[in-house]
Amino acid sequence: MSTSASPTLESTPGSGHHSATGLSNAKLAMWAFLGSDCMLFGGLISTFLLLRTKGVVRGPEVKDLYDIPFTSVSSFMLLMSSLTMVLAVSAIRRGDLARCRVWLVATAVLGALFVSGQVYEFTAFYNEGLGFTTNLQSSAFYVLTGFHGTHVGVGILILGSLAAMGDRDGLGPSPAETVEIAGLYWHFVDVVWIIIFTVVYLIR
Amino acid sequence: MALTDERPMLELAAGDPVASPPLGVFRRPQAITGWRSWFTSVDHKKIGIMYGASAMAFFAIGGLEALLIRAQLAVPDGEVLSAEAYNQAFTLHGTTMVFLVIIPVLAAFANYFIPIMIGARDVAFPRMNAYSYWAFIFGGLFLYCSVLLGGGPDGGWFAYAPNTSVTWSPGRGMDFWTLGLIMTGIASTVGAVNLIVTCLNMRAPGMTLLRMPVFVWMSLVAQFLLLFALPVITVALFLLMFDRLFGANFFNVDAGADPLLWQHLFWIFGHPEVYILVLPAFGIVSEVIPVFARKPLFGYYAMVLSGIAIGFMGWGVWVHHMFATGVGPVTVAAFSLTTMFIAVPTGVKIFNWLGTLWQGKLTLDAPMLFAIGLVGLFTIGGLSGVTHSVAASDTQQTDTYYIVAHFHYVLFGGSMFGIFAGMYYWWPKIFGRLLSDRIGKVHFWLMFVGANLTFGPMHILGLQGMARRQASYSSGYGWDFWNLVASVGSVVIALSFLTFLYNVWHSRHAVTNDPDPWDGRTLEWAIASPTPVQNFDAEVTVGHLDEWWHRKYEEGADGVLRRRDEITYLTPVRDETPTDLSTIHLPSPSYWPMLSALALPIIGFGLLYTYWLCLVGGLLLVGATYGWGLEPSVDPDAGHGHGHDDAHDPPAGESSPAEADDELAGAPR
Repeated sequence: MSTSASPTLESTPGSGHHSATGLSNAKLAMWAFLGSDCMLFGGLISTFLLLRTKGVVRGPEVKDLYDIPFTSVSSFMLLMSSLTMVLAVSAIRRGDLARCRVWLVATAVLGALFVSGQVYEFTAFYNEGLGFTTNLQSSAFYVLTGFHGTHVGVGILILGSLAAMGDRDGLGPSPAETVEIAGLYWHFVDVVWIIIFTVVYLIR
Repeated sequence: MALTDERPMLELAAGDPVASPPLGVFRRPQAITGWRSWFTSVDHKKIGIMYGASAMAFFAIGGLEALLIRAQLAVPDGEVLSAEAYNQAFTLHGTTMVFLVIIPVLAAFANYFIPIMIGARDVAFPRMNAYSYWAFIFGGLFLYCSVLLGGGPDGGWFAYAPNTSVTWSPGRGMDFWTLGLIMTGIASTVGAVNLIVTCLNMRAPGMTLLRMPVFVWMSLVAQFLLLFALPVITVALFLLMFDRLFGANFFNVDAGADPLLWQHLFWIFGHPEVYILVLPAFGIVSEVIPVFARKPLFGYYAMVLSGIAIGFMGWGVWVHHMFATGVGPVTVAAFSLTTMFIAVPTGVKIFNWLGTLWQGKLTLDAPMLFAIGLVGLFTIGGLSGVTHSVAASDTQQTDTYYIVAHFHYVLFGGSMFGIFAGMYYWWPKIFGRLLSDRIGKVHFWLMFVGANLTFGPMHILGLQGMARRQASYSSGYGWDFWNLVASVGSVVIALSFLTFLYNVWHSRHAVTNDPDPWDGRTLEWAIASPTPVQNFDAEVTVGHLDEWWHRKYEEGADGVLRRRDEITYLTPVRDETPTDLSTIHLPSPSYWPMLSALALPIIGFGLLYTYWLCLVGGLLLVGATYGWGLEPSVDPDAGHGHGHDDAHDPPAGESSPAEADDELAGAPR
């Protein structure tokens, strides 16, 4: 959108011939939303950190069940999905829609692998006696990682929809920016995972 | 993706026939008049009016609950309400007034006037705006369903867990409360994103940030506070919901939980919330006082900066709600200091208003009376707030009527007086009718006297040790007289609201087409009354703070201010020929915002009764989101929106006509 500078509606105030910040409305909105989402994860992570210090009345402690090598691998896949996301944005900026769709699908697949890893991890924990209601830590752990997993899931839906709509020329008037905004969300979800992996899994 | 409101994804290539609707069972709505249009409207003005009307309805309900509380407490050993019903009454009263009255009525003003005051045609995302309203009203109605379905919430508006766990609050009331507030929280978050983008991106040429009216500024600060505070309470609400519905342990003390967790999460939201409720009211008053003092606002920059300072400092005072919980002396000392400091920017505002009034040519019309009422009553509430920073005395006052007195002076004396100042001030612009000033003055004096009668004695009651939330009291504590006075005062407040309603009814014949009845200073007075659907005919270029004033008045060579001979309004006013709307692009109505918001209460009922409903609601949500994403923000088939001639079309091959339509909602070029 930002590239085509032809004014079409001079008589329309606020029609956005100018954007005071230089950012498009959609991109600015995504940044604002991500700022809000930071506070959501801030609250969840703080809750986990607080409840972790309280010990457990029954059931195992979460930290005794972590399979760090396994989670490292799935974290690595999520981080690599940021790379494929960047490649998708780069491709659509060059106007290469076909390649963009390939990278979008690759990103979504890596995200799906991460979520599958999470499902596997939850199942393993459950089988080892850590249910959602077992103790303080289990509730906090499942809600925190579950909220993050839901964010990844929504991201997969967005990426899948973009990839599917690209087929019908449906990425809007500025496909590069549409993909880039989806990318902002995706990178944010990845960054949040880096924090969660560090403070929840690695720092005891 | 719902966020790319103005950038519909399924735009067909140039030349292709445009299918409408691309995904939809029903024909896209096109009516912009008639009762049906209200359900599909994306016009920020209609949405603002709906916000305001809904909030006033909730104000009446919350007021009735307050009357019940005061009836119960009017005499010792009151028997109007059972203890259970009393708990529900004060919980619903607080929740309603905070979440369903003040937030939405301020959202009404923000919705209606921010775009006009910054010279824009609509908000940045018109359909998201409609979604905000529908999510708010469905959330509020969902919350009130509890009253019909087994009893209202009974844990106080702050809902301290674990007091609100299933053990202590076994009914469905708190579940409706949690889920309902999650919905209104979603509404406010979406609204905050929308209005922030509007303020930052949609300003007319020349409308720099420091030329924005103070009301726009204070609303912007409040939207940022909402943006960052709401997710924190959303977390708390989710945790409580998981505890209550799925047996999680977040607030389960038996499992070792810390009861302070809820208090921290709640008040990290709750204190910024106070400024969310009062800053826009400050903004309204900062618009009203200069107009009725016929002077520019004293210290505009100080006013803006102190508002921003309050916005930042508001994040550092939440623990003063928790001084009695044993958080430790260092913490208490630190938060005592921040609580004292935050009075400084608030004091700056008070003195700036006084500076504006000083030597002004005051016209004491109803809006001005309410504005001055805010200055006086908020100062009392602010001063009693400063006393809370004295931790030793605050420990005595915690959970007494002293606190009740304090926050009612701040929220009723502050926010509500500001809101009614705005009502009287902007009513002619919104409805093209003047509220009677004589009845308005009666309204003001009743409300002013009633507020002081009701909330003034509560200081004394609190200092005498009457605990807040107690359902009844025995004679002999010395509380009888002041409780009776407070109850009489609450009736006076109720009468004042009835006076307002009578004034609204009375105004039906007081039609005015005067675009500028108060000789205003900001852009909304430069257009016809009531606001035409297109807001402005042409793009406004702004050269000054108080732009409209500068367009009306000039300084002669002798340094004397004089009114210009010719004043050009920005739309046809009075009996001039209305603008031909076929040449103007407006966002098209859509039923997707309402449908996707409707999914929320369906999911809510599903969580409480049968999970199958969650599936229904979830499918509706997903379907409506895709329908929304695939629908162009401007209907290609709509009658209007196609008036632009070929000369305006972009060079061939650059974009489709549909893309040009896409502009109107504010897509930047």
